[in-house]
Amino acid sequence: MNTIRRREELGRNVIRYIVDAPLVATHRKPGQFVIIRVTDHGERIPLTIADANPEMGTISLIVQSVGKTTCEMAMLRPGNAIHDIVGPLGRPTHIQRFGAVLCVGGGIGTAPLYPIAKGMKEAHNRVITVLGARTHGLLILEDDMRNVSDELIVTTDDGSYGTKGLVTDAIRSLVNGGAHIDQAVVIGPPLMMKFTSLLTKELGVPTMASLNPIMIDGTGMCGGCRVTVGGEMKFTCVDGPEFDAHEVDWDSMIRRLGTYRTAEQGAAERYDHECRIGLDAGEAR
Amino acid sequence: MNAAARLKLPPVVMPEQDPAERVHNVREVPFGFTPAMALQEAQRCLHCANQPCVEGCPVGVRIPDFIQAIESGDYLAGIGIIKQTNLLPAVCGRVCPQEDQCQESCMVGKAHRDVGQAVQIGQLERFLADWERENHAAVIPQIPPPSGKRVAVIGSGPAGLTVAGDLIKLGHAVTVFEALHMPGGVLGYGIPEFRLPKEVVYAEVAYLTRLGVDFQYNTIIGKSLTVDEVRRDYDAVFIGSGAGLPNFLGVPGESLLGVYSANEYLTRANLMHAYDENSDTPILRGQSVAVLGGGNVAMDSARTALRLGALRAMVIYRRSEEEMPARKEEYRHAVQEGVEFHFLQNPVEILGNREGWVTGLTVQKMQLGEPDASGRRRPLPIAGQTSNVPADVVVVAIGNNPNPLIPAALPSLQMNRHGGIITDEDTMETSVPGVFAGGDIVLGAATVILAMGQGRKAAHAIHALLTSTTETAKD
Ligand SMILES: Cc1cc2nc3c(=O)[nH]c(=O)nc-3n(C[C@H](O)[C@H](O)[C@H](O)COP(=O)(O)OP(=O)(O)OC[C@H]3O[C@@H](n4cnc5c(N)ncnc54)[C@H](O)[C@@H]3O)c2cc1C
Ligand SMILES: Cc1cc2nc3c(=O)[nH]c(=O)nc-3n(C[C@H](O)[C@H](O)[C@H](O)COP(=O)(O)OP(=O)(O)OC[C@H]3O[C@@H](n4cnc5c(N)ncnc54)[C@H](O)[C@@H]3O)c2cc1C
Ligand code: SF4
Ligand code: FES
Repeated sequence: MNTIRRREELGRNVIRYIVDAPLVATHRKPGQFVIIRVTDHGERIPLTIADANPEMGTISLIVQSVGKTTCEMAMLRPGNAIHDIVGPLGRPTHIQRFGAVLCVGGGIGTAPLYPIAKGMKEAHNRVITVLGARTHGLLILEDDMRNVSDELIVTTDDGSYGTKGLVTDAIRSLVNGGAHIDQAVVIGPPLMMKFTSLLTKELGVPTMASLNPIMIDGTGMCGGCRVTVGGEMKFTCVDGPEFDAHEVDWDSMIRRLGTYRTAEQGAAERYDHECRIGLDAGEAR
Repeated sequence: MNAAARLKLPPVVMPEQDPAERVHNVREVPFGFTPAMALQEAQRCLHCANQPCVEGCPVGVRIPDFIQAIESGDYLAGIGIIKQTNLLPAVCGRVCPQEDQCQESCMVGKAHRDVGQAVQIGQLERFLADWERENHAAVIPQIPPPSGKRVAVIGSGPAGLTVAGDLIKLGHAVTVFEALHMPGGVLGYGIPEFRLPKEVVYAEVAYLTRLGVDFQYNTIIGKSLTVDEVRRDYDAVFIGSGAGLPNFLGVPGESLLGVYSANEYLTRANLMHAYDENSDTPILRGQSVAVLGGGNVAMDSARTALRLGALRAMVIYRRSEEEMPARKEEYRHAVQEGVEFHFLQNPVEILGNREGWVTGLTVQKMQLGEPDASGRRRPLPIAGQTSNVPADVVVVAIGNNPNPLIPAALPSLQMNRHGGIITDEDTMETSVPGVFAGGDIVLGAATVILAMGQGRKAAHAIHALLTSTTETAKD
């Protein structure tokens, strides 16, 4: 059993859990993820390992409540357990001294970006971070990211915080202002990754993106997480999750994410009532 | 009864769920023999002196002896005889391709010139195993005092379970590491409930747990623990990680929405219970489902599609009925349930609409040419003859390759061209001392009984290694 040790609201519907997972804590590297089942009849969902404490045998997960499983998770409190956690899965991020590394995070994507930015900083890179959120309330991990960045820019779609605009606007003005970038890492909603990738391609900056397709087993067994990269079929769970952003077939990936949209709405609606209670209880704290 | 009288007895007809009804549920199709039926079927055995059926069985189950035990009503003795060589008779009785093994060699079938008339050895095996499970008659063997040796088994499929069972009974401590949250390998996530009830698989695992086997789920060797850590902490390692890497066709359209590998389709339905409307795991319930392939995996997918409410389930296979590798019983059941078979059709493209959803496929008409390396006649395209088949779900069931996780984590393992681990034929030891392997990770996608046979050989060799007086140095 994977007992939850701490639970903390980071933003609207975004919760950080510190949870027991000793083998994962001692074996994981930045960029890797786990697959969890909240209950013994639940769905298997992938979540990035946001951080780990090998001595304590705990990992931290930062989760946005978007549907049935993540809402169910939001109702858990310290002392409760997550039924299954398996990992670490996927290949670790390729971290080396590139020079100047641009880390671009959108929405919940900042959670998986944090360990990578931290790793890049530890590898003596100059880390420039751009965080985007729809609105101030959805911005997460600003302080953590600031601690591992040499420079940090925040954009919000509605201008409620930082500069008004999209992350791509901020990147363009960075470059126009003379910033030199050797490598970019982008994690966020697929559309944001697509447009960031188109921009960095234009700017000639090599870019890694961490993909988040639908998964089941995470061991290469089902092929559900397949994406097209450089014209070849890849399984994100074993070949990724990071790929050369300029080679990813974004449109196909984005379409495949919508496969179960109606089914998921059904599952979430059946669950909606309880989910609200969970979120409200969380917000009241 | 003399041989002539026995030969006159007709095969007992297995009672089965009515096809029209069973496509609406996931319950097992054949009900199993009653004791009276089992007796009648057992009486058909001639007790041949040369025992050709035993020759035909990959693990050499003493078939006439257990059939004799049924005839004399001593079920406990009967199941004991089977279990000497086969740890999972409730599984094998249901899923072995008997018509290519023991039943193919059976003299009764030969006398009638029809393998369909052979003694129904598989059904008798299932009868005894079910009797044992339903009556809680499983004997807990006398286990020798602990040897002090520890064995790690990677994967809980039939290969791994066999190794675990054999070695725990010899007094060694056994830990089974399983990547998924459930045991059984393909028996759990692949073969559907209506063919192999999960209760049967879990009962076998529960029995091993009672004997003291430690099952660690959600643990991927090479990820959660490195192979080196496992080798350091255990005296021997067995790799039974299976052939869980699905093949795709490599034709245009495989990324369309509604295209599944059979593994994904069956895993959603079985392991994640998507056939239950209330399951959290979604599955696309197509109206018209096209399954590509001709093996058991294809039959399972097409029959699952019907149970998920498809109005039309089609199997599209590039060779003819004769070359189909599926078990005869699965084919028969699929036909009874209304699965359509499109033979000599090779998919060349999967078609989709503007939103990216699959709408059907283009198939190329084939004809059979000369036999190929597999001994089956090679399918050749007939120029200019293509057609379109409408479908809203396409399931690719053209086979699996060995799972690359362990080989990637232990680069010193010697591999063959097909991604299988190379082992010594008799001991199943790999190129890495103290590391053994068996089942689909060695054979490529094969069968349950071959996986178990290799597991048994490996267990034998591991026991020899662990009890040899000259302690083999570990590198
Ligand atoms: C490698 C990887 C790492 C991830 N890391 C994190 C993380 O650290 N924190 C986090 O909050 N989420 C992460 N995700 C996304 C997370 O897995 C999904 O949000 C989750 O599966 C949704 O489950 P649900 O049952 O709550 O929602 P569902 O009811 O299944 O879906 C609700 C909505 O979310 C969308 N959705 C479903 N699955 C995904 C998915 N895999 N990715 C994106 N959107 C999806 C659906 O289209 C739908 O609109 C990651 C995904 C991957 C593949
Ligand atoms: C749909 C389908 C139907 C079939 N029907 C039949 C049939 O009717 N008759 C028949 O004889 N055969 C059938 N087969 C084939 C048969 O199931 C396999 O040959 C057999 O299961 C192989 O057994 P195994 O123990 O080698 O591997 P598997 O059953 O594949 O088990 C391997 C296990 O290892 C685990 N694993 C993998 N890597 C790791 C790791 N690194 N760490 C920890 N665990 C790991 C996997 O999760 C899995 O549980 C069928 C196969 C399929 C897919
Ligand atoms: S071959 Fe058939 S008839 Fe002969 S011993 Fe075996 S099962 Fe009985
Ligand atoms: S999640 Fe099944 S192959 Fe990647």
